[in-house]
Amino acid sequence: MASAKTNTEDYLRMYRQMVRIRTFEDNANQLYLSAKMPGLTHMYSGEEAVAVGICEALTDDDRITSTHRGHGHCVAKGADFKKMFCELLGKAEGYCRGKGGSMHIADQSHGNLGANAIVGGSMGIATGSALRAKLQGSDDVTVCFFGDGATAQGLMYEVMNMAALWKLPVIYACENNGYSEYTRTEEIAAGSITARAEAFGIEAFRIDGQDVLAVNELAQKLVARCRKGEGPFFVELETYRYHGHHVGDINREYYRSKAEEKDWRENRDPIVRFRTWLVDQGVASEDEIEAINAEIEKDAADAVAYAEAASYPDTSEVDMHVYAA
Amino acid sequence: MREITLSQAVNEALAEEMRRDPTTFIIGEDVAEAGTPFKVLSGLVEEFGTDRVIDTPIAEPGFMGIAVGAAMTGARPIVDLMFGDFIFLIMDQLCNQAAKTHYMSGGKLNVPLVLRTNLGATRRSAAQHSQSLQALVAHIPGLKVAMPSSAYEAKGLMKTAIRDNNPVVIFEDKLMYQDKAPVPEQEYLIPFGQANIKREGRDITLIATSSMVQVAEKAAEILANEGIEAEVIDPRTIVPLDEQTLLESVRKTSRAIVIDEGHQSYGVTAEIASRLNEKAFYHLDAPVLRMGAMDVPVPFSPALEDLTVPTPEDVAANARKLCAGEMIHAA
Repeated sequence: MASAKTNTEDYLRMYRQMVRIRTFEDNANQLYLSAKMPGLTHMYSGEEAVAVGICEALTDDDRITSTHRGHGHCVAKGADFKKMFCELLGKAEGYCRGKGGSMHIADQSHGNLGANAIVGGSMGIATGSALRAKLQGSDDVTVCFFGDGATAQGLMYEVMNMAALWKLPVIYACENNGYSEYTRTEEIAAGSITARAEAFGIEAFRIDGQDVLAVNELAQKLVARCRKGEGPFFVELETYRYHGHHVGDINREYYRSKAEEKDWRENRDPIVRFRTWLVDQGVASEDEIEAINAEIEKDAADAVAYAEAASYPDTSEVDMHVYAA
Repeated sequence: MREITLSQAVNEALAEEMRRDPTTFIIGEDVAEAGTPFKVLSGLVEEFGTDRVIDTPIAEPGFMGIAVGAAMTGARPIVDLMFGDFIFLIMDQLCNQAAKTHYMSGGKLNVPLVLRTNLGATRRSAAQHSQSLQALVAHIPGLKVAMPSSAYEAKGLMKTAIRDNNPVVIFEDKLMYQDKAPVPEQEYLIPFGQANIKREGRDITLIATSSMVQVAEKAAEILANEGIEAEVIDPRTIVPLDEQTLLESVRKTSRAIVIDEGHQSYGVTAEIASRLNEKAFYHLDAPVLRMGAMDVPVPFSPALEDLTVPTPEDVAANARKLCAGEMIHAA
């Protein structure tokens, strides 16, 4: 694996964040399967190295925009389990006071500008955040997360054009998990995805999104260059979603084989790969890793219990927050 | 008092607010050196520079989305949408993003932006440059909608819009840019949700927006010569709507016509008429009439286009019938 961050504390925090995402999703899936969660949700499991590798290169002043598959970005940008599970269950203590739910979950105080349920809908927002940074002389950077499916939206090309013309500090991070909802990406994307960014003169990269150190190393370089006014950049991260398009997408062999899913899980899992590396390099022992995992599982279980017991918003809140004061 | 054009009034409002608040900027097509095709923004780039008067490519969804992101992170963008008809291009960014962000975030994120655009037919511009689409955006919770009827309102409402912490859509009548009105030299703001009684009368209430305020005032003059005293009210903002002033007037006159240049069906006139029916029914002596633009795409030929928009004569004719009791049992 490539190396980026170089001390034990950083490595272990990245590992911890990846496991936190996976654990959050496992619990969210259980809440769905046991009919405790209203609505449905889109799992980030399998893509953890992307969100963590990138967000670990950011500070709280840096912004991100997230997607309908946004729990991973939310955790990676510093969110708390209790408020996240409360949001998932529509409770008043959720990050959005229960008004957003899974598809709009975001810890705004850490620079997350929101998960967006319109595919590609946040590309303008991310680019506008970067324009604001440039106009106000601020050196913060905005990362726009989106999937391969969103590369079919026209908005992306409009805002990349302006970001390139105006040299904005924005990184377009395309999480290519191989599927645009229930359709293989090669059926919806003509030519090369990175070449589309390059057509605007945007420097573009295609990397293994299952290698957290490689992702983090590239992200650190690009964030530093954005701060110096060398943006925008485009990164296509090759990754995989373990679940279906959403939690209810169970029978999916008509578009994706079980053998393929098994191969990614067994041979390219980002957490297993990083864990093996940490042990091989002597950063942590197996026991220490297991202790981290157990601690996160307990945190998640406690947070789920907390959220289940938490109160729903008072009915008086239904027409609150339509307009800002 | 000095008189200035509606165009100059908008320009002054923008310049004053941009001097007052360094986080404001204008973004849109041909807003800088060109000052827009209507020349409303002339001179602003010279004072504020190209960092604050930003020319974009022809990419309405793109620059609208960029404005939303800038607004969410601490700026106050003023978006220039060259023609109101282009609202269809930016609907996702305006209605799914800007309008809902504050609510979906549980009140944590604000989107303080102004979308300046226009309305109005009879400019011989055909179906894609003539629409009055205020009803579309007024339907969406989270957006405020202002409709200035003169230079005075255009300045005062624009300044209020820029200081508002919500997305505000302002529709200027593109045929009124050169119309002059008295505008004070000293600063003033017009609060949202405060209707203006343009003319008092006891026989019938004419509620009119934007361009239709002039139409209603002319109709009132025609009616005055016949002994019918019409009250003319300009809501100035349709979201929020000053229902109280409208209801008080209708309770007094017992008759009302609502006039707006948007299409009549499912429109602003229908909404206001419905509220009057619901809340002032027992004060009414006649059904509340709606007068909007005809339900046809705006035609090019002057011979056809002029038929599609309410005129003072049309309004006066309907008012006459209502006051004579002829429409009490209207089909």
